[in-house]
Amino acid sequence: MGAPHESAARGYEPVIGLEVHCQLLTRSKIFCSCSTAFGAPPNSQVCPVCLGHPGVLPVLNRRAVELAVVLGLALGSKIREVSVFARKNYFYPDLPKGYQISQYDLPLCDGGSLQIGTGDARRTIGITRLHLEEDAGKMKHAEDGSGRSLVDLNRCGVPLIEIVTEPDLRTPEEAHDFLERLKQLVQYIGVCDGNMEGGSLRCDANVSVRPRGSEALGTKTEIKNLNSFRNVQRALEHEIRRQIAVLESAGRVEGATLLWDATRDRLQVMRTKEEAHDYRYFPEPDLLPLVLAEEWIAAIRGMVPELPEARRARFVREYALPEYDAGVLTATRELAGFYEAAARRSGDAKLASNWVMTELLGAVKGDTERLRNLPLTPERLGDLLALITSGAISGKIAKAVFEEMAVSGGEPGAIIEACGLSQIVDPDAIRALIAEVLAANAPQVVDYLAGHERVLPHFIGQVMKASRGRANPELTNRLLREALEARRE
Amino acid sequence: MNLCGMSAHALRDGIAARRFSAEDVVRAFLDRIAAHDGRVHAFLEVHDTEAIAEARRLDEEIARGSEPGPLAGIPIAVKDNICVRGRGTSCASRILSGYAPPYDATVIEKLRAAGAVVLGKTNMDEFAMGSSTENSGFGATRNPWSLEHVPGGSSGGSAAAVALGLAPVALGSDTGGSVRQPGAFCGVAAMKPTYGTVSRRGLIAFASSLDQIGPLGRDVQDCLNLYNVLCGPDPRDATSAPGGHEVPEGALLQGVRGLRVGVPWDWLGEGLHADVEAALGRSVEALRQAGALVGEVSLLDPSYAIAAYYIIATAEASANLARYDGVRYGASARGAEDPAGLYTGTRSEGFGAEVRRRIVLGTYVLSAGYYDAYYLRAQKARRLIRDDFERAFAMADVLLLPTAPTPAFRIGEKTGDPLAMYLSDIFTVPLNLYAGCGINVPAGLSADELPIGMQLLAPRFGEAALFRAAQCLESRLGTLGLAPEPAET
Ligand SMILES: [Zn+2]
Repeated sequence: MGAPHESAARGYEPVIGLEVHCQLLTRSKIFCSCSTAFGAPPNSQVCPVCLGHPGVLPVLNRRAVELAVVLGLALGSKIREVSVFARKNYFYPDLPKGYQISQYDLPLCDGGSLQIGTGDARRTIGITRLHLEEDAGKMKHAEDGSGRSLVDLNRCGVPLIEIVTEPDLRTPEEAHDFLERLKQLVQYIGVCDGNMEGGSLRCDANVSVRPRGSEALGTKTEIKNLNSFRNVQRALEHEIRRQIAVLESAGRVEGATLLWDATRDRLQVMRTKEEAHDYRYFPEPDLLPLVLAEEWIAAIRGMVPELPEARRARFVREYALPEYDAGVLTATRELAGFYEAAARRSGDAKLASNWVMTELLGAVKGDTERLRNLPLTPERLGDLLALITSGAISGKIAKAVFEEMAVSGGEPGAIIEACGLSQIVDPDAIRALIAEVLAANAPQVVDYLAGHERVLPHFIGQVMKASRGRANPELTNRLLREALEARRE
Repeated sequence: MNLCGMSAHALRDGIAARRFSAEDVVRAFLDRIAAHDGRVHAFLEVHDTEAIAEARRLDEEIARGSEPGPLAGIPIAVKDNICVRGRGTSCASRILSGYAPPYDATVIEKLRAAGAVVLGKTNMDEFAMGSSTENSGFGATRNPWSLEHVPGGSSGGSAAAVALGLAPVALGSDTGGSVRQPGAFCGVAAMKPTYGTVSRRGLIAFASSLDQIGPLGRDVQDCLNLYNVLCGPDPRDATSAPGGHEVPEGALLQGVRGLRVGVPWDWLGEGLHADVEAALGRSVEALRQAGALVGEVSLLDPSYAIAAYYIIATAEASANLARYDGVRYGASARGAEDPAGLYTGTRSEGFGAEVRRRIVLGTYVLSAGYYDAYYLRAQKARRLIRDDFERAFAMADVLLLPTAPTPAFRIGEKTGDPLAMYLSDIFTVPLNLYAGCGINVPAGLSADELPIGMQLLAPRFGEAALFRAAQCLESRLGTLGLAPEPAET
């Protein structure tokens, strides 16, 4: 990543702000009852309302409001008691009404913040506002060579929340980190699936550069069409380099809207400042101001789950886990929930942490979404761990049992029983194994009797091997010494 | 028996008593439309087949002894900006020619449930923009009392149809007087309910914060019966008011003893036609004799309301009419090279001059740099007008004033002077900004044998007092009866 270091070296500081659109996880659209399910045939999830037929009226989806407020609360925003929808007017074939219903001067939420970075590099990025709006449809060019364009309006009217940050980000990496944190958060609290490639998380970036130490902001450009975190970072690097080059050659940065072309790895000018749209916002007369009564906000507050930061801190405090473990375990809500349930059941939080981080994450190949479909429940994992702590099985056996449980979801006791994996605690059975081992290792027995106790582990290993790991280690140790000492006589 | 000369409530009673059938009634009106509509052009489309089939179905139901709805068998003419499923609904605009909505407006659902039979769609000023029905994209409507005169507008087709006995009752829409003013010009009772009492779902929007569907009938009682069917909350219209605003028929018998009637004499100076002034005098006298307390109220100069109205209404219209882009339904320009070409072509060909003028006006007043000076100031003026009405209604239960300063003007008289046309609504527009209710009651004929209308206004949800006063006025001044059958000219 050359750009930020270069810019630092040249004495310029980038100033970056983001506008992120999150598709809210509602079943129906924001102003009609059409489904929001992804991947349906074109124009199959539409009705007169979202098609903008004459005479139709929007009716606000309460669930969309609740999810937006959940996000607002999670970001520490101030929830407005009265917010107002507004019409944003522009013509485009994927916008049936010729205006988008959005919010303008009185958005749903004001302020808030999100932490980025770790340790000493932690920074607080300010959130300017959050507002609700409807999505537009999708245009694509026909592939039949006719030169025609096709419009799919399934996405039209899907509820979005737009998150606008303060210009607090200073490097493309920070922008990337912010998006990662935001994605983690929206997924964690269940307001958005966070799928950037599928379009449920979209980002525009504003960027300017200024001489380091300067307080004044430079002229900014806006970059659109950033459909992956990597593209956000790449596009910002390009644009920062370009702006610095302009300033270095004593030129002036012109305000413009740029489009990132990911396939060619370059920026194109979409429109200059002179061509900027006048959206002619005005209050939406078809919707009354949105009034959030105190009780409603209180009820929504109850829907906000414990946030990743708080949970991480609690894991360290409550379960005495290392920072690292707590960070890994709280990466997603699914994993944190799984861990907590398993840990409580097992009675050994650190052991549970080790098992969840290595065995469980291994079983789902690091994708915690798969935990939902895993036959193994956290309770059964807890039971398995409890068997280790009680000495009923060794860690090695437990791993074999775990593998079986991950596939069948079976109860650990039953699997141990069925596979004959339980520990051998019968002294006579172990004595018989010891007798075999000593008979087969006569030279080492002589060594031992001559005072070379270091061969003891060798015997233990042999006994364990003969028992396929099932011999109780402590009992084996004691009986082995007894057997060897008996040879002295 | 001349069924076409009877009021809707008389027809209802006759059908219920089986003196004639619903089919007899519907056929009588269809025959009269066939005989006389050619000269006035009240209808854009007549639904004869469906109307007869519906009447027969109702007759069968009545024969089976099932409870007929409150409007069972009553034919009704519907203004062409109200959606009737599967039938042409064009707002008298070429841009919507051939458009058939996929749904019934809420008011149509309610009418059907009450047993009313839709006769057809009536002519209007394109998108309800006008005061004379000369702005129709399909030819003007003429005043049945004098074919050289306008019927008023924008609900001119509905008013002419009722006046000429082509329908006993009709639906219109009132954005700045579009029900009341044609009611006055054609000599029929015509009512604008309080904003929010009648659902706007399926009313093709002109100015969403001002539009309200209202009934036209041959007498006040017909308006009341229709109002009671139309009103009520609609979960599909977010601006619809909570229910409970029906007015019992008995209210009409209560009289006006002690009712405080205010006349805004300040408004009634220059420009008031002598015959209209005389009719106002008769009306004041009539109410006084019936025991009402008639006094003077002062109201803000109505020219402020006209100014505010033409800013707010055109601003909303500029967005409401953006959906007519030639992409999904209605007219579509051929041969466009790109979306911008499609929009320009479709909208230049599809909209008439007045609609284009208002879209340009509305776009202008919302533009960056002009918003504060126009739209925002108009909204402030609207608040002042609302407060002014509230203050006046603290002193008077209803207001009385002429519906229009003059009787109907001549066809073509004001088409070259939009401002003169706008001023013909000077007495009706303020009520829409306030969002209260009002009704036109016929008050005799001018020396030129043209109807004169008096207007009663009441506060928001003040329909009971409104109907009481209107009934009193009507019973003292008398209804006009049908317009004389137009002679060939
Ligand atoms: Zn829909």
